[in-house]
Amino acid sequence: MSSDVNGATVDRMAGVDPLPGVAKPDPILVVDGVRRSFGGLTAVDVEHLEVQRGTITALIGPNGAGKSTLFNLLTGFDRVDSGTWTFQGKQLNGLGGHRIAREGMVRTFQLTKALTRLTVMENMLLAAPGQTGERILGSFLRPQWRKQEEANRARAEQLLERFKLLAKKDEMAGSLSGGQRKLLEMARALMVNPTMIMLDEPMAGVNPALVQSLLEHITALRDEGMTVLFVEHDMDVIMGISDWIVVLSEGKVIAEGRPSDIRADQRVIDAYLGSGYEESGREPQTDTGESHE
Amino acid sequence: MDILQVLADATRSAIGPVAAVYALAAIGLNMHFGYTGLLNFGQVGFMLVGGYGVAVSVSTFGLPLGVGFLIGIASAVALALVLGLPTLRLRADYLAITTIAVAEVARLIYRAEFLRDITGGVYGLQSFSTAFYQWNPFPSGTYGFGWLSFSARDLWVMTVTWGLVLVGSAVMWLLIHSPWGRVIKGIREDEDAVRSLGKNVFVYKMQSLIIGGVFGALAGAMLVVNQQTITPDQFMPQVTFYLWAILLLGGAGRTLGPVLGSVVMWFLLSVTDSVLRQLIATDVITFIASSEIGGVRHALVGVALLVLIIFRPQGLIGNRKEMLINVK
Repeated sequence: MSSDVNGATVDRMAGVDPLPGVAKPDPILVVDGVRRSFGGLTAVDVEHLEVQRGTITALIGPNGAGKSTLFNLLTGFDRVDSGTWTFQGKQLNGLGGHRIAREGMVRTFQLTKALTRLTVMENMLLAAPGQTGERILGSFLRPQWRKQEEANRARAEQLLERFKLLAKKDEMAGSLSGGQRKLLEMARALMVNPTMIMLDEPMAGVNPALVQSLLEHITALRDEGMTVLFVEHDMDVIMGISDWIVVLSEGKVIAEGRPSDIRADQRVIDAYLGSGYEESGREPQTDTGESHE
Repeated sequence: MDILQVLADATRSAIGPVAAVYALAAIGLNMHFGYTGLLNFGQVGFMLVGGYGVAVSVSTFGLPLGVGFLIGIASAVALALVLGLPTLRLRADYLAITTIAVAEVARLIYRAEFLRDITGGVYGLQSFSTAFYQWNPFPSGTYGFGWLSFSARDLWVMTVTWGLVLVGSAVMWLLIHSPWGRVIKGIREDEDAVRSLGKNVFVYKMQSLIIGGVFGALAGAMLVVNQQTITPDQFMPQVTFYLWAILLLGGAGRTLGPVLGSVVMWFLLSVTDSVLRQLIATDVITFIASSEIGGVRHALVGVALLVLIIFRPQGLIGNRKEMLINVK
């Protein structure tokens, strides 16, 4: 399923050299000197990294390379020891997770966080930004927020239809399958109206039959102009849909490039693919906690 | 055995002022635990500051009773801030530890010798609720019929306290069935997910803690107004655990759960008490002394609660399907 998912294989990164820390023509996210250590262990130490607007960028690396930590740092779910990063020109360091989400950078989680005892529709409505009824005093002014609620509901139904969850809208999110929860989480993130979506292992724990559909959703997002950054283990997935791949090892960016560059990069093969990536094309998944639930 | 007498006493207890006070405090706990998922093991602390807010204002400083209520509410807001500011950013269990400790520390401070001029120390305070009974619109006499009758005084306390329960339940329903309530319930399920959607989880948890605490303070204020006296040692940690039992019995996360829980709980406590008392008086039971009844009936109610939690974990009016969804 490699190159056909990419459609006409437009090279969105034309003219960019496959070098670690290389500058991009139109970066939406720029990371500078971000460091985080736990005790004596340096988990993340990224000198410079840019993410091109409107592309799918994959973040890969062996277990413990710091992918998820970097994700948590960039989205405000962990604190950096030092370093800065800007999103659409705005400096984000020091902001809490909710502030970063409001700036338009919305994340999902490796272990899916469906709000299990809320219905699918409530999950969606919760995510809509700027609701007057979410303020404590505003909540009593029913007529004021009802109109807004109707508009949000209409938008939520469109998104649920797109992710084939509309029939489940009144069911508890906890009754959905693992794959459906991933879809719900993605749909819910879109309710926030993000400009960039950060997917932490979107395929982990998903039934193989649903993987293709998830991939189509991700490429569709990119084709609508959204920027996607995702962490993933499955090499087929990464090679198939990414416009650009960033390889992390021991917290550092050791390589960047198009899928073809990465495939040929000896450092990457040494650090990450090893001898395990041959014809089978599947790297054994080891740190995806919930894949066997 | 006089069954009618037993039922009459139990009914009076179930709809009496104390049941209303516990319902009010449990409504607050329902906001904390039932909707937001906050583990508050110090609800009695909010009752304490509410009760003393009234007693100290009126008795010590001679302020009007209405001002006393406002001071009680303000004390609850202050206590919620003290509890919440350091702990609400941490994991849920830290709040649990802090609340149980702070409620007990507060009791020890209010009873301390150095504050005796203000709080009355271990002896507490009296005569602060005269105004409340002067406002009683019911002419003196007994109200009700036959075995189910109340004095005008009791009727007045019951009207006000159950009125507060009613208003409180309505406020709670409006809050929970609004986008605000949706965020609150989302936080109960997974606060990181809610944060990732751009909601300031800390602020919402703080608002929930304050609202539930204010209900606790109102309950404490009505409790001491009903008693016409306040002593620090009635605010022991077990009051909080009664409230938890009431909430789980009725059904956490339901608007009427705490109300029903309180009514049923006080009914059961009274029934076991009367039955034991009568059985001992008629020498059917000889191995329990009447002085031990208090302990035995609590054990019996405990057993009843255990049975309930085994066979009906969602409480009397909880939603079993919702309860049993795997929460990960």
